[in-house]
Amino acid sequence: MEGLHHDTIVDGEEDDSPAKKQDSPVEEELVGDVRIEDFSEKQINHSLAPEERVNLYEQMVRIRRFEERSLRSYQQGHIGGFLHLYIGQEAVAVGAVSVMGEDDHVITAYRDHGHALAVGMDMDECMAELYGKKTGCSKGKGGSMHFFAPDKNFWGGHGIVGGQTPLGLGIAYALKFNKKAGSCLCFMGDGATNQGPFYESLNLASLWNLPVVYVIENNGYSMGTAEARHSAGEPLARRGDMFDIDWSVSHGHDMYEVRHTINDALERAHNESRPSVLEIVTYRYRGHSVADPDQTYRSKEEIEEYKKSKDPINLYKEKLIAEGHLTEGSALEIDRLAKEEAEASAEFAQASPLPEPTELMDDIYWETDNPASKTSQGTMFFETP
Amino acid sequence: MATITYREALNQALSEEIERDDKVVLMGEEVAQFKGSYKVSEGMLEKFGSDRIIDTPISEAAFSGLAVGAAMMGMRPVVEFMFWSFCYVAFDQIFNNAANVRYMSGGLINVPIVFRGPANGGTNVGATHSHTPENFAANTPGIKVICPATPADAKGMLKSAIRDNDPVCVMENTILYNLQGEVPEEDDFIIPLGKANVVREGSDLSIIAHGKSVHTALEVAQTLDETHKVSAEVVDLRSIRPLDTETILSSVRKTNRVLLVEENKPFCGVDAQIAFLIQDQAFDYLDAPIKRVSAIDAPQAYSKSLENAQIPNHDRVLSKAMELI
Ligand SMILES: Cc1ncc(C[n+]2csc(CCOP(=O)(O)OP(=O)(O)O)c2C)c(N)n1
Ligand SMILES: [Mg+2]
Repeated sequence: MEGLHHDTIVDGEEDDSPAKKQDSPVEEELVGDVRIEDFSEKQINHSLAPEERVNLYEQMVRIRRFEERSLRSYQQGHIGGFLHLYIGQEAVAVGAVSVMGEDDHVITAYRDHGHALAVGMDMDECMAELYGKKTGCSKGKGGSMHFFAPDKNFWGGHGIVGGQTPLGLGIAYALKFNKKAGSCLCFMGDGATNQGPFYESLNLASLWNLPVVYVIENNGYSMGTAEARHSAGEPLARRGDMFDIDWSVSHGHDMYEVRHTINDALERAHNESRPSVLEIVTYRYRGHSVADPDQTYRSKEEIEEYKKSKDPINLYKEKLIAEGHLTEGSALEIDRLAKEEAEASAEFAQASPLPEPTELMDDIYWETDNPASKTSQGTMFFETP
Repeated sequence: MATITYREALNQALSEEIERDDKVVLMGEEVAQFKGSYKVSEGMLEKFGSDRIIDTPISEAAFSGLAVGAAMMGMRPVVEFMFWSFCYVAFDQIFNNAANVRYMSGGLINVPIVFRGPANGGTNVGATHSHTPENFAANTPGIKVICPATPADAKGMLKSAIRDNDPVCVMENTILYNLQGEVPEEDDFIIPLGKANVVREGSDLSIIAHGKSVHTALEVAQTLDETHKVSAEVVDLRSIRPLDTETILSSVRKTNRVLLVEENKPFCGVDAQIAFLIQDQAFDYLDAPIKRVSAIDAPQAYSKSLENAQIPNHDRVLSKAMELI
C-alpha cells in the first residue's frame, strides 16, 4: 500500500486537526500499520436496531451484486460507454446515506451506482438506464454517469470531475434560503480535489455558512494517477483548513466509522449551518472504468491485500456475526437474494423497449415538454427527427 | 409610456420580479453594495435586503454552479456576469450543468435560471472583455438566448426570462445602458421570448440584426432612404433561441434581398445559421446572394480606431447594402 494514500492515521503519527480530535478513542486495535478505533459504541451506532444493522449489510451486498451483474452485461455487449464501478467503496455511500434525515440531500460524481441504490432507487430503473432503455431512470438519456432521483433527494450523477461541487453548494444554499435544517452531502473523488471550482466552493461554503458536506472518497487514484503523484500536501481534507472549515480523515472500510463521521458533519450542518470536508479513505477493486485494463499503475498484490484485510462488506459481516445479529447462513441468504434481484434487473432491462428517435427531442426544455404552458414563440429546434 | 434608459428598464424588470416571486434572487460580483458594476441594480439592496441582492466573491464557477443547484431545488436565481466575457471560467456550470441536467435526468429536473450581463465590444477594453458569446450559447440545446436592443425589450424580455422555467442567457450591452426609450407603463409589461420585431418597414431589402447592430442597421436604412431612395426593412431578432423564423422569412419573401448584420465573428456566428435558414426555406424568393456584415475576424482590438473598424459600423453596412441593390 506504500505511496497509495497519504494516510495520516498510521501508527505513531499525530494529527491535530480541529475536527479529528472530538472524541477520544473508545478502544483501539492495530490492524496492519493502521490504528483502528472502535466506533460501534458511538451513539449513532449504539442506537441501531438489529434489523437496521442487517439492513446496512444488505444494502452493501445489493450494490456489489448489482455492479457485478452490470459488469457481466457490459462484457456481453448490452451496456456501452463508461461503466465506473464502486466495488470496494460500498460502506461509504451506504453508511453516509443511512444517517441522513428528511431534508438532507445527495449529489455525486459519475461513480454513482452505489449512491443511487443507497438512496433507494431500484435496481430495475438503474440497470435499464445502463442498457439505454426507455424504462431507465433517465429514460436512457443519462447513462451510467448520470443517474437522478430528485424525489429521493438525489441530484445526480455528474460526469465532469469536480463539476458537481458548486451544485452541492447551491443545494445547501437553497435549503438555507428556505429555512430548512437540512444539508447537502456532496461526494467527490480524490482526483476531483484538484479542480478549481472546488476551492471557489469551499470559500463560499465557509463565507456564507452553508450546510454542505464535501465527502472526498479517497480511493487512492485519479484514473491511473496515484494520490502521491497527483496531490501536493497531505491529507487532502486539510485543504478545508485554509477556509476555516472543519475537516477530518476517516476509514471507509468501517461502516460504523463512516456513519459516525458523516453524522458529526450533518449535526454541524444542521445545528451550526457550517460546512465540512471529510476525507474517507477507501479503495476501488476494479479499473477506473471497465475500459481500464488496470495493468499499468498498481499491482495485483495491492488489490488482493486490500480485499483480504479491508473489504468493507466482509469486515462488517464479521462484526455483525460477532454482535450476534447475523449468521453465515443468513448472510448467504442475503447474498442469494441480492444476486436474484440483480439478475431480475438485467432481465427487466433486457426485455425493456429502447427509446424512439423522436424521444430525442423530449426533456430538453421544460417549455417544449409543457406545451399547454408555453409562453415563448419562435423556433426552438433547428433539426428534428 | 415613460421614457427611461435601458439600465433603468433592467432595474425595473429585476425589481418587479423580485417583488412578485420570493424565489427570485440577484447574485453576482458587486451587485449589492456597489449597486452593480454598471449600476443596473441601483437601490435594490436598500429595497430588498442582502438575502435577495447578493454580493459574491470573484468565483464565477462557484456562484454560477451554486445558482444552478439552487434552481434545481426550485429557486429562480438571476446571475449577473460583470461581463459575459467572464462566463468562460464558468462554462462548465452553464453549458454542462444548467443546459444538460434536465435532459440527463429524463425530464425529472428543470433549471429556472437567468444568466445576464453585457456582451459587447466597442468600449476600448480589448480582447478579454469584448466577447459576444450568443452564438456559443445558442449552439447548446437546453439554453435560451436573448439580445434585447431597446429599453422596452430589456424590460419586457428580462421579465419573461426570469419567469421562464428553463435557463435563459440574457446578453445586454454596455453601450446601450444609457439608451433612452419608451417603455409601456402597464402593470405587468411582458414581451415573450422568440418574437422578432420589424422595427422599420421597407420593400427593397431586409436588414436583419440583433443587439446593438439593430441601431446601426436603422441608421443605414435612414441613409439608404435619404440618399439612395432605397427602402430597407429592419428586423430586430431580439431572441436568438428560440428564433422567430417566420418573421425572418416573411420579410425575405417581401423584399427578396437580405443583409445580415451582427457583432459576432463570422465563423459560425448567429447569422451563419440564419443564412442557412433563408436559403433552405426561401431560396426561390432571393434575387441576390445573402450578404453579411460581422465583426472583422480578429480578436477584439484595443485601439479605438481599430475597434471602430472592426465592429460593424455605418459605412461598412452601407457599402454592403449597396452591393445588394
Ligand atoms: C473535467 C474533467 N477532466 C477529466 C475527466 C476524465 N476523468 C474522469 S474520472 C477521472 C479521474 C477522477 O478521479 P477521482 O476524482 O479520484 O474519482 P474516482 O474515479 O477515483 O472515483 C478523470 C481524469 C473528466 N470526466 N472531467
Ligand atoms: Mg479516486
